Amino acid sequence: MLVSIYRYNPDTDEKPVMRDIEIELPEGKDLMVLDVLELAKQQDPTVVYRRSCREGVCGSDGMNINGTNGLACITPISQAVKPGGKLVLRPLPGLPVIRDLVVDMSIFYKQFEKVKPYLINDSAPPAIERLQSPEDREKLDGLYECILCACCSTNCPSFWWNPDKFIGPAGLLQAYRFLADTRDTADNERLSGLDDPFSVFRCRGIMNCVAVCPKGLNPTRAIGHIRSMLLQQGI
Amino acid sequence: MVTSVTNLGRSGLYDWLVQRLSAVILAAYSLCILASFVLNPDMDYEQWSSIFESNVMRIFSMITLFALCAHAWIGMWTISTDYLTTLQLGKRATFFRLLFQASCALLICVYLLWGIQIFWGN
Repeated sequence: MLVSIYRYNPDTDEKPVMRDIEIELPEGKDLMVLDVLELAKQQDPTVVYRRSCREGVCGSDGMNINGTNGLACITPISQAVKPGGKLVLRPLPGLPVIRDLVVDMSIFYKQFEKVKPYLINDSAPPAIERLQSPEDREKLDGLYECILCACCSTNCPSFWWNPDKFIGPAGLLQAYRFLADTRDTADNERLSGLDDPFSVFRCRGIMNCVAVCPKGLNPTRAIGHIRSMLLQQGI
Repeated sequence: MVTSVTNLGRSGLYDWLVQRLSAVILAAYSLCILASFVLNPDMDYEQWSSIFESNVMRIFSMITLFALCAHAWIGMWTISTDYLTTLQLGKRATFFRLLFQASCALLICVYLLWGIQIFWGN
């Protein structure tokens, strides 16, 4: 199989190039994209990418696979490439490239930090833990599972255009995760921090984030809930 | 919280709400005008002009004109802050964005005043 990999070292290269590597795939096995990358690295040890858990939990190997963002470790070749086609790997779009498939995610984490992704509760903590009913706990399903791989935010044109102002789908999913948490008492403070023309309202609802989320989450729905809460607070 | 001094209402929620409400008004007015054409297929200029002589239609038209201006400003402001940014244009971005926004504001003011003159002038 022909694998085309984005190669760029900002310290030495003038501009990025796509380099092709021919990989011999084992018969009868549907490898993951990460496995193919490992085989490519055996041929060319200078190929650089992030990886860790190899099972879609750590979110390290988010990259653009044949035009679609995804996790290399849980994307099978059969899903990414048409039979006889070429595997094309690029870094996540919209973020500065550190080297090859590794991007600088500082701005992504900065936006994540803005939503205060931790429980805020002014009341005195109980002896053991803050209890929650099963019904209230259910409200967090589809929100807490985010692994911060950045596939969604880097697939969002609003985030490409205003990465310093628009929080992006990943950050907003986490913002709603704490707004929906009945143990959190900082709803007003959280909503006040989001009521500007950029943080939430730059979302145009095109659902690119939903299309690529490797965990099957729906940031667009969460953003809709935040808008509803802002509306209820503001009218 | 990102501060902005050039958007319509200084609040994301306000702009979002105004954009949607103004869209509903524009749609209702468009349907009204369309209905007048459909119901009077042989309408001449005199009949067309008489529609706008009633106070109800004049007020509806003015509300629509204000809605159009607000809708246009929010839309154009959003376009300018999406495409005319430092990422795309470097350090000159603020100058070009301000120039674009000032031009849009001027044009919208002209449309508004001209519209008032058309509907309420002699």
